[in-house]
Amino acid sequence: MIEFKLPSLGADMEKGTLLEWRVRPGEAVTKGQVVGVVDTTKAAVDVESWQEGIVHELLVEPGATVAVGTTLAVLREPGDTPEQLASARARIAAAAAAAAAPAVAATTERRVSPAARKRAQELGVDIDAVQGAGPQGAVTIADVERGAAAKTPAPADRARALRQTIAMAMARSKREIPHYYLAEEINLASALDWLRRENERRPVTERLLVACLYLKAVALAARKHPAVNGFFLDGQFRPSAAVHLGVAISLRGGGLIAPAIHDVDRLSLAGLMRGMSDLVTRARAGSLRSSEMSDPTLTVTNLGEQSVDSVFGVIYPPQVALVGFGQVRDRPIVVQGEVRPAPTVTASLSADHRASDGHDGALFLATVRELLQHPESL
Amino acid sequence: MSAGATISYREALRQALREAMQRDPRVFLMGEDVGRYGGTYAVSKGLLEEFGPDRVRDTPLSELAFVGAGIGAALGGMRPIVEIMTVNFSLLALDQIINNAATLRHMSGGQFSVPLVIRMATGAGRQLAAQHSHSLEGWYAHIPGLRILAPATIDDARGMLAPALADPDPVLIFEHVQLYNTEGALSDAWQATDIRRARVHRAGRDVSLVTYGGSLGKALLAAERLAGEGIEAEVIDLRVLRPLDAETVFESVRRTHRAVIIDEGWRSGSLSAEVSARIAESIFYSLDAPVLRVCSEEVPVPYPKHLEDAVLPQVPDIVAAVKEIVSGHD
Repeated sequence: MIEFKLPSLGADMEKGTLLEWRVRPGEAVTKGQVVGVVDTTKAAVDVESWQEGIVHELLVEPGATVAVGTTLAVLREPGDTPEQLASARARIAAAAAAAAAPAVAATTERRVSPAARKRAQELGVDIDAVQGAGPQGAVTIADVERGAAAKTPAPADRARALRQTIAMAMARSKREIPHYYLAEEINLASALDWLRRENERRPVTERLLVACLYLKAVALAARKHPAVNGFFLDGQFRPSAAVHLGVAISLRGGGLIAPAIHDVDRLSLAGLMRGMSDLVTRARAGSLRSSEMSDPTLTVTNLGEQSVDSVFGVIYPPQVALVGFGQVRDRPIVVQGEVRPAPTVTASLSADHRASDGHDGALFLATVRELLQHPESL
Repeated sequence: MSAGATISYREALRQALREAMQRDPRVFLMGEDVGRYGGTYAVSKGLLEEFGPDRVRDTPLSELAFVGAGIGAALGGMRPIVEIMTVNFSLLALDQIINNAATLRHMSGGQFSVPLVIRMATGAGRQLAAQHSHSLEGWYAHIPGLRILAPATIDDARGMLAPALADPDPVLIFEHVQLYNTEGALSDAWQATDIRRARVHRAGRDVSLVTYGGSLGKALLAAERLAGEGIEAEVIDLRVLRPLDAETVFESVRRTHRAVIIDEGWRSGSLSAEVSARIAESIFYSLDAPVLRVCSEEVPVPYPKHLEDAVLPQVPDIVAAVKEIVSGHD
């Protein structure tokens, strides 16, 4: 028997709203299959199952908002007896009740009438944001309707919620993370040369972008300098063995999102390129998968399409670093005592001083620079 | 008597009894002091003279015996109306009512029916002390096989008996002792009295007051007082305590989102508990506030007037309960 639980679709995610099920009881589920769609405040995310089984029971109704880790469904495996399934069901119900209880006890009890809750759902009002003015401070229908009247129309809401999420994460980052910043100008002459030659022999659809080289170089450098790759959690730095790069993608409706490409250090450039274009397309269409939303270990932002020289970003907690790339253009460089034009880019590092020191950061950037001098080995 | 005239609740009951006996020779009245004395609450005054001792029968002081005789007569094709002095005394006939009257249709596989009507007084407020003042109709409403009626108005006092007699199964009619002397106009509606539905007596949008019998008047007074403070209470008279017409209650609470149940019975295991549970079970998501109950204090009803008043649900209690759950009035 498998309990399919709501995964964390980002380090800052505490709860999610189930939008729809993509499976029905009795249906077989394979590894990697999308079983449902969950709304985080950032996006509607396709949630995949990483185990195989037959859907035994769907425990959460679409529309319900539940905490990360809540059992959403039970999958049956060969050999499960009805007794086992029934006892598991009881255990899950008890766990759900136990999980709900302390949360209520911990905070001052918030009274929301059942009718107010229902009305809030109908009107699309966030019940947690409604101030209760009913008896004993309870939130009543009247409060919800007042809240709805004050609310902006629905389409603006997603953008506003996203803005709010970014605001919270960034404010937390600047409040908690002692950032330090380093930058290094990297000569891209050999990288762009190699790229041009490489692309000439590739079909149009398989051509590589320079961003692809950046990601691979950053991933390899991160493996070598683990102090920039991982999470700062519960007062200590936890380096990550895997390198999942968050790729900052700006959304058409405003805001940005940084889903992960997994194990970038082990991907071929072609594989990485495919992953990138797929990710950008789906991020902008709002159909990301759960595994991509959860836990990038290091984020890369590329503002090269704009004309900025460099970017000193704000780290996305609980990550400990963010790598930025500016615009590539010909700049004067000095080679063997001569000023020459060469295409360069400024790579920058924003890093968490609790996890690493400037020395580590400098070594990391130097490695990125070195790797980009030998694109053929990426 | 024609519709529109002002009569007492007692007179309305008497008219119904007289009419029933005039219309159907199988109908007769039986009980303690119903004949020569005219009934403990004077409901049957004059009927012995009009219909004679075969049809208005004084019985010995044995509830078990005369209720049993009534069941036998009903099985034998008669349409008996048995009067029990108070619900407290009906406990002596519990075996007959619950083990026989309520079960025979089921136990005979539908071969027998018990078309019996039992009338009895219930409730407090007349300083008759604990052994004559309790409200036990909620107990009877627990029993499958019985229909339980609680006429609270002149119209229902006049109109419920005929459909009760027409019912092929036992019907218990609970007359609250405080109502016998009340007076009011008899409307045209009594002739079409429906003993399946509750009735909305007063429309309101803020809260539903659900009650029956002797508490209806108090609920209406409370609604009047609340209206003066800007709270519009809807008042529902359950009328039929079994089978309960929950849908009428639901329909009201779905609109008002709040309910206060007023029941002269004790709170624990009461009819008010049943109504409250059904609301919670069926229309939980319509509730904007907890369902509250105004019931009698859980003591035997006392004799002294001031204590009796203190024990029973009163208008200020209802008003206070409503204000507790209506926004902006706490």
